[in-house]
Amino acid sequence: MKYYNKLIFEISKPGRIGYSLPQSDFGNYSLTDLPRSLRREAPAELPEVSELDVVRHYTNVSNKNFGVETGFYPLGSCTMKYNPKINEEMAALPAFTTLHPCQSEESVQGALRLYYELAQALAEISGLAEFTLNPFAGAHGELTGLMLMRQYHIKRGDLKRTKVIVPDSAHGTNPASAAVCGLEIVEVPSTPEGTIDVAKLEPLLDDTIAGIMMTNPNTLGIFEKEIPQIAKLVHGCGGLLYYDGANLNPLLGRCRPGDMGFDIMHINLHKTFSTPHGGGGPGSGPVGVAAALVDYLPRPRVVKHGDRYAVEGGKDSMGSISGFFGNFGVMMRAYAYILSLGKENLKHVGELATLNANYVKESLKDCYYLPIEGICKHEFVFDGLLDKSTGVTTLDVAKRLLDYGYHAPTIYFPLLFHQSIMIEPTETESKETLDEFIEVMRTVAREAIDDPEMVKSAPHVTPVRRLDETTAAKNPILRFKDLNN
Amino acid sequence: MYKYFPHTESDIAEMLERIGVSSLDDLYAEIPEGIRFDKDYNLKKSMSEDEVRSYFKELGRLNHPLISFAGGGAYDHYAPSVIGQLIARSEYLTAYTPYQPEISQGTLQYIFEFQSMMCELTGMECCNASMYDGATATAEAMLMAIAHAKKRNKVIISRTVNERVVAVVETYARFHGVELGFIPEKEGVTDKEALAQLIEADDVAGVIVSSPNRYGIIEDFTGVADNAHAHKTLFIVNADPSALAVLKTPGEWGADIACGDGQSLGMPLNFGGPYVGYLAAKRDLVRKLPGRIVGATKDVDGKRAFVLTLQAREQHIRRQKANSNICSNQSLMALYVTIYMALMGKRGLQEVNEKSYAGAHYLCDKLLATGKFSLCFDKPFLKEFAVKTTLNRENLLKHLEEKGFLAGIPVEGTDDAILFCVTEKRTREEIDNLVSLIEQEG
Repeated sequence: MKYYNKLIFEISKPGRIGYSLPQSDFGNYSLTDLPRSLRREAPAELPEVSELDVVRHYTNVSNKNFGVETGFYPLGSCTMKYNPKINEEMAALPAFTTLHPCQSEESVQGALRLYYELAQALAEISGLAEFTLNPFAGAHGELTGLMLMRQYHIKRGDLKRTKVIVPDSAHGTNPASAAVCGLEIVEVPSTPEGTIDVAKLEPLLDDTIAGIMMTNPNTLGIFEKEIPQIAKLVHGCGGLLYYDGANLNPLLGRCRPGDMGFDIMHINLHKTFSTPHGGGGPGSGPVGVAAALVDYLPRPRVVKHGDRYAVEGGKDSMGSISGFFGNFGVMMRAYAYILSLGKENLKHVGELATLNANYVKESLKDCYYLPIEGICKHEFVFDGLLDKSTGVTTLDVAKRLLDYGYHAPTIYFPLLFHQSIMIEPTETESKETLDEFIEVMRTVAREAIDDPEMVKSAPHVTPVRRLDETTAAKNPILRFKDLNN
Repeated sequence: MYKYFPHTESDIAEMLERIGVSSLDDLYAEIPEGIRFDKDYNLKKSMSEDEVRSYFKELGRLNHPLISFAGGGAYDHYAPSVIGQLIARSEYLTAYTPYQPEISQGTLQYIFEFQSMMCELTGMECCNASMYDGATATAEAMLMAIAHAKKRNKVIISRTVNERVVAVVETYARFHGVELGFIPEKEGVTDKEALAQLIEADDVAGVIVSSPNRYGIIEDFTGVADNAHAHKTLFIVNADPSALAVLKTPGEWGADIACGDGQSLGMPLNFGGPYVGYLAAKRDLVRKLPGRIVGATKDVDGKRAFVLTLQAREQHIRRQKANSNICSNQSLMALYVTIYMALMGKRGLQEVNEKSYAGAHYLCDKLLATGKFSLCFDKPFLKEFAVKTTLNRENLLKHLEEKGFLAGIPVEGTDDAILFCVTEKRTREEIDNLVSLIEQEG
């Protein structure tokens, strides 16, 4: 198929239209009655194209993309599982999509009930008391959770607690969310085994600590088995424990953050609960809290009185973090997933994801360097190729995988190793898919020895090849108007 | 076994053997006993596809979709059929963030188109790949102003900005430690004299206003930019992007940052989300923008291509020193409004506003003619306007709801004002029916 490389602006022709609007018959009302000084001078230069032009253009543009339905994503910490079709059908039901968010409670009982039931289901899966579904994404959930943490201390008059502890293996959003929330970040190092160094954590704990942010299993895929001790220490100093739910998938059916001692957590519905990533959103980052924090949850809150559902504010609430109820359409998809699997299937998600990850790890550790041995959970990290003499880097391996029809793993994260390759195969991938991927990974390792230049110049058969990112950043061209070629 | 799990019994056995353990339980052996979960979840049993469908339809029957005369940040505009079908393509829907540009040119290209079109509408010079919603975009604009000013920690916001936006800005300000001040309202618009006084002390990093404002009034910002810039204060305008096809743009007002919600660009109401925030700025602020930005470049063969750029601003590189914590945004919704803007084009978006303007003014005049309404403020408006009623507001809205109408939104802070909105979707018949129902009231 021919490579399509036009922008929508480049197929525009004056006079074409792609819409049909109803005729209106309101008489002599004209926008030109508005004062000239309040109207824009020249029209916005939007494209002028027919409907078929638009359909062909965005179909051809889509063909330059890779998605879960194109092929396998071994992408660490991203949980790229299958996005079921029934979820999409449910999210498109007009009985929900036509609801205005300011309608009366009476007229949106079904939507409020869905919100409430999903929140209840997440609370059960997490072992926490209550959830807000308002946060729009994982990082937004982290920010909301940290605001809740601060609100808890503020409401107790405990104003000194302005620091939060973040492990050095944490996702980048953790320290970034803490900074937006006005917290000072204190980093705690990992042990050589990849888990939090409890001996180094202890001296950090005093009455200025608001809490700790952790993900468990951590970003190396290792379960922090000292968690009961960590919870005891952090609670002992008056701090709270925040759980980053990006890595929740392997725990389904096996372990609950609330039972581990966490007080606050977020869940990425677009990871664990199968909603599509959409090329970078919309996600959804529900936040759950233990009973002591329920009154601080953000506005609006959906509550149940008898058999009616209502929307409330709450005088101790931390405030609003969204214009309305968050990404409701994403919640519908996640709830369809939970109802489909039900309690008897949800409990197998974690163990099958963990089985897949360990299978891939054990099948490749003779070609790629595994810095931390042992059973992992949903993901694991290699520190580049075992044979470092070839000069082939993690980036090269990632790019070569694109030629073979795979998305690359997460690379150069976590920062604990120089050549991190982070792999997470989810439970929806079959043994055959994994076997083929393992074979390709082994082939690339061989190619690195036999023909390193070919690997270093990969990819070779993708729609475009390696890009000049340096020039892009040095002289940014960020809109069509500035593009002169 | 389940349809989303491909593992057969023999697969599991072979895989366990390679791993060197004897059971799935062994994979969790390190978890301390006290924190293992070995019960069944207290959840519903698995439903078949038909059962899921029935369940959702049953919930749907508890909702009452209404003919909407409400806006307040969520507008019932025409949504072309093409868009829903195109964004459902799995290549868009199921893709990850475009960190691997060689296999993500589809996503990267539409983000570049989105940025280009939003710059056209707002009159700004750069735009990011999207924000969560208009409220969080405005909060991020506040944080940009603080970061830009370095030594100032104060931002002021007009009382005429939509209260839902203000509420989110307040939350971000309180926890980030920003001193947030308010510019009072005068006759339904920002009090420009008060604004001038507030920035005189040269300690304000940014001033946030909006147009159309919380009453639907198109504000006149003549002189505000010059005054703000004379005090080294950034001028931030929250604007409805659909309206910008005809109204004076933030760029024309001299704004440094434009922000708002793209929902008005043909997105379904969807009970409040997903929508899409936008954040656009003057070129010299590009390195202060949060979130993802796509730039044009070439590949090694000289082919034009697109890539995430200026990533040194972002959390995955800079961690706590990043401009923002935003990671996932509303990418697919940015595609939605991009396709909408392509379909509507230069002419269509103007027509949307012309028709909405005509319908809104027609309704307004008819309401005033009933003798039961008066304008809150006699100021220019586009598709939304606030009127006071002599009727019991709550009873009126309730009765109209029973007849199938969402007849506007109560204006917060008043007990007799209603904010009505008319888009190009509302027919003369619908408006006449609404008004005749109102005439029968009280």
